[in-house]
Amino acid sequence: MAEKKLQIALYWTASCGGCDVAVLDTNEFILDVAQLADIRLWPIAVDGKYQDVEAMKDGELDLTLINGAIRNSENEYLAKLLRRKSKILVAFGSCAHMGGIPGLANLARKDEIFTRAYLNNPSIEPGNQKTPCPETRIDGEILHLPQFYKRVYKLKDIVDVDYFVPGCPPAPNQVKAVLLAVVKGDLPPKGSVVGASELTVCDDCKRTKAEKKVKRFYRPFEIIQDPEKCLLEQGILCMGSATRSGCGVRCPNSGMGCRGCYGPTGNVVDQGAKFLSALSAIIDSKDPQEIQEIINGLPDFVSFAYRFSLPASLLQRSLRT
Amino acid sequence: MTRTISIDPITRLEGHGKIEIFLDEEGGVKDCYFQIPELRGFERFVVGRPIEELPRIVTRICGVCPASHHMASAKAVDGCFGNEVAPVAHKLRDMYYHAHYIHSHIAHFYALAAPDFVCGPDADPAVRNILGVVAKVGLEIGVGVIKARAMAQKIQELLGGRTTHLVWCLPGGVSKGLKKEELESIKPMVEELSRFADFSLKLFRDVVLGNPRYVDIILNGPYTLDVQNMGLVDGNNALNFYHGQVRVVDFQGREICKYRPQDYAQYVAEHVEEWSYLKFPYLKKRGWKGFVEGIDSSIYCATPLARLNVADRMATPRAQEAFEEMFRTLGGKPCKALMANHWARLVEMLQNVEMLQHYCADPEITSDRFRVVPQRITGEGVGIVEAMRGTLTHHYTCDRNGICTSANLIVGTTNNNAPIQMVTKKVARALIQPGKEPTQGILNMVEMAFRCFDPCYSCATHSLPGQMPLDVSIYAHGELRWHFRRNL
Repeated sequence: MAEKKLQIALYWTASCGGCDVAVLDTNEFILDVAQLADIRLWPIAVDGKYQDVEAMKDGELDLTLINGAIRNSENEYLAKLLRRKSKILVAFGSCAHMGGIPGLANLARKDEIFTRAYLNNPSIEPGNQKTPCPETRIDGEILHLPQFYKRVYKLKDIVDVDYFVPGCPPAPNQVKAVLLAVVKGDLPPKGSVVGASELTVCDDCKRTKAEKKVKRFYRPFEIIQDPEKCLLEQGILCMGSATRSGCGVRCPNSGMGCRGCYGPTGNVVDQGAKFLSALSAIIDSKDPQEIQEIINGLPDFVSFAYRFSLPASLLQRSLRT
Repeated sequence: MTRTISIDPITRLEGHGKIEIFLDEEGGVKDCYFQIPELRGFERFVVGRPIEELPRIVTRICGVCPASHHMASAKAVDGCFGNEVAPVAHKLRDMYYHAHYIHSHIAHFYALAAPDFVCGPDADPAVRNILGVVAKVGLEIGVGVIKARAMAQKIQELLGGRTTHLVWCLPGGVSKGLKKEELESIKPMVEELSRFADFSLKLFRDVVLGNPRYVDIILNGPYTLDVQNMGLVDGNNALNFYHGQVRVVDFQGREICKYRPQDYAQYVAEHVEEWSYLKFPYLKKRGWKGFVEGIDSSIYCATPLARLNVADRMATPRAQEAFEEMFRTLGGKPCKALMANHWARLVEMLQNVEMLQHYCADPEITSDRFRVVPQRITGEGVGIVEAMRGTLTHHYTCDRNGICTSANLIVGTTNNNAPIQMVTKKVARALIQPGKEPTQGILNMVEMAFRCFDPCYSCATHSLPGQMPLDVSIYAHGELRWHFRRNL
């Protein structure tokens, strides 16, 4: 190919590394990517220099994939830097897309998080209680730490995002499809979700489905499930009906309910609200008291309905004092 | 003239990391700080969640060793349910975990460790990565490495339904069993991995042990610490990754303590420094004495080498042979040469493949009794497994409805936070000489100090073409004099 190779970067902010492993799980395809593109920055894989990124012209990178949520000042700085340097910026994986599991921290306040980690903890001895500081002076020298923000943000809250690749982590075959789409220049309109379908996880799920009427919800450990039958029909919480497909139905196929990592489908604004409305339709009762009892079988509903999407939801975060 | 050298960032665990080295007037190393600048707060935000959901939430602490967190969490949750678990489920989890170890150890050895030895510690940074390794050893071996890691991943997928971020363990057992046809497709992959484990040890012997310079670095370099060792052992004091008691042995081989998971809080405590978000665990009965070496030090390592130092023996015959050969070559057991961690990983990998072979031959492994419905919520549990990067402790409590009321986590690499802090300073002191500019080669030798630990800040780097992200700034009177930065 005589054309100039694509210039790409992969980077993470507040994340776990699972998205990077998903890229590695494309196995030999990685060697093909190295043929098609110059990977200018990928801490996991290549010798790209940070000062090189700072020295790049704005827009010099054709494509940057960022995985991870925005938790602190360092994450924000790097997201903004890479936005400037990239023609196409992709929010890659659930954390960048919607805040992800680190976004559940929006159910707690910053001081509660610090108290638990550093002050009130069974392995912290009395008399040894202190919390990390943005700036510490020791022997005339200064040590810095990034500022821990009050809440978690999704990438789009901080910078303009061109495309979203959902999943925790994105399924490796989807990763491959996305990279090939960029190579071919075969991209949908800006703002699209790529590497997933417009259907729901339910549509792809092979479990048998009948009429959904639930008299009681079960927590996963309370019941031995029927491996062939729809989990929700068995009263086991599964977000499949409110979740975009593309993952390969990996959780229900593992015998566990979906928790929604691929986010909502097309026009849905709030994944948890969508799920709530789906659930209310299957409760098999018209008696308010009985309905309440059935709902009581679902403790801590917020962490199910917004397991991966709290910072992207209408709720955003807990404001209790 | 005082100066500062910063190494920023290194990656993973709670995100990035950096090292600040302060130089004295003469240019010698005055002090050194290994900082972890990120926190995500899992210990707080899992509170209020249904306890059975924790194993599928805490996997997101680390995407490279998610099964370690999943298993430790599952065991802590087992405790909250009175440890009522189908026996086959423990076998299946252990089997999964051995495959997970193989995936991680392959990635670390070939992508992170091998470049330093195959290409050389002071090779051109542009080739000192897995591609450089492939260029030296040949594409065939490179593709073989990718395939072997893929097989380890495939075995996990067949067992637990997923690789990264599995959702498999729940109170009472696991959510799916192993079908006979799935077992049959696993068997040939295990045999392939068994050959690959032997091949990897042979490669280590040829490339590393066959080179007197590397043997000298391993045995006589500054990469040693007089600190204690921690690891999980079974009732026979043989190495175990999934189940057993935690044993702590000093660097002269004497047992300091051995404790059951539920007693961890009597033996381990954590120290906080204002300049790092990551805590520094120490042996509680000895108390926090600072970053000091010595036979009375309360600092310990929890690494592959520490595990082998702690264990009296391996659990399987081929691993036992390799274990004996390693300590014989290194001049006895225990061994303080941190570079031997790379070797220890390969010895462990033999036990992993032998255990997979063992489970493949176990007629019970395909049993459909992989789950029970636990009858009571007892409210507290501690789960300890050996993560690849150190002893991993999850401690939960829950209320009578099974809602999490507290969580405490002491993560694999966290154990090594103090030793990494100390050895980095030691290596920097040995290599950064007054009046001499630090070269890329010297800085890589500093990186090699913490690379011995396969620290989880570098989970990412240990996956493919790896190099530690590095940022070194040298300051004189607060002014920037030199700046090297790569791989952020």
